[in-house]
Amino acid sequence: MSDAKKFMYINRKAPYGTIYAWESLEVVLIGAAFEQDVSVAFLDDGVYQLTRGQDTAGIGMKNFSPTYSALGDYEVTKIYVEKESLEERGLTLDDLQHLVWEDEDEDYAEKDSIRLVSRAELADVLAGQDILFNF
Amino acid sequence: MAMLHLVNKSPYDACNLNTASSIMKDGDQLLLIEDGVYGAIKSGKAAGLLQGLKVSVLGPDLAARGISEDKLVDGIDVIDYAGFVDLVEANDKVQSWL
Repeated sequence: MSDAKKFMYINRKAPYGTIYAWESLEVVLIGAAFEQDVSVAFLDDGVYQLTRGQDTAGIGMKNFSPTYSALGDYEVTKIYVEKESLEERGLTLDDLQHLVWEDEDEDYAEKDSIRLVSRAELADVLAGQDILFNF
Repeated sequence: MAMLHLVNKSPYDACNLNTASSIMKDGDQLLLIEDGVYGAIKSGKAAGLLQGLKVSVLGPDLAARGISEDKLVDGIDVIDYAGFVDLVEANDKVQSWL
């Protein structure tokens, strides 16, 4: 694993209005199968992807939001949500899904996947990555 | 001569709602659909754009995005697809801000 690269997937688009959010989720899941060090960031309209209670029955599109809760099983445990983007849109963490992963080194204790970060903190996270993918 | 203005883009991603809301005349109607519905969230920064306007929002697009009606700006009318048709019929013209 020492030659694993740090992959960051940056999500900046709302779900359903365009196909970006869904495509990103598929690429993240595929990438996770290659045992890289994966992080996912949600900022700007990307924060809307994680809202809880999505029900697409009325618009005839697939509701892919339950899939975000599977990220932990793929060892995607670093999910960064930008604080400024949430605040501008009148949202809080309570409006988002509660995403967790199980830490096998600590008897499968459930831990939060979402890390609420400021723009400045996100800048540092981005600076530490090897490869950036934008959606 | 009332006009129905349709906005389908998020106000945090595009300037469509900004332009539409400032160009609307008295008696005109605004309908937020697709990603436009994000503009209807009361605690969001864009909510001020809706002040003094007649605003409707498409319910199925709200539900898809996980926005409950108690989060909306006060006085907004939540409608279904049949209500969308009624608005088109009730106005003389439709302006779609794409």
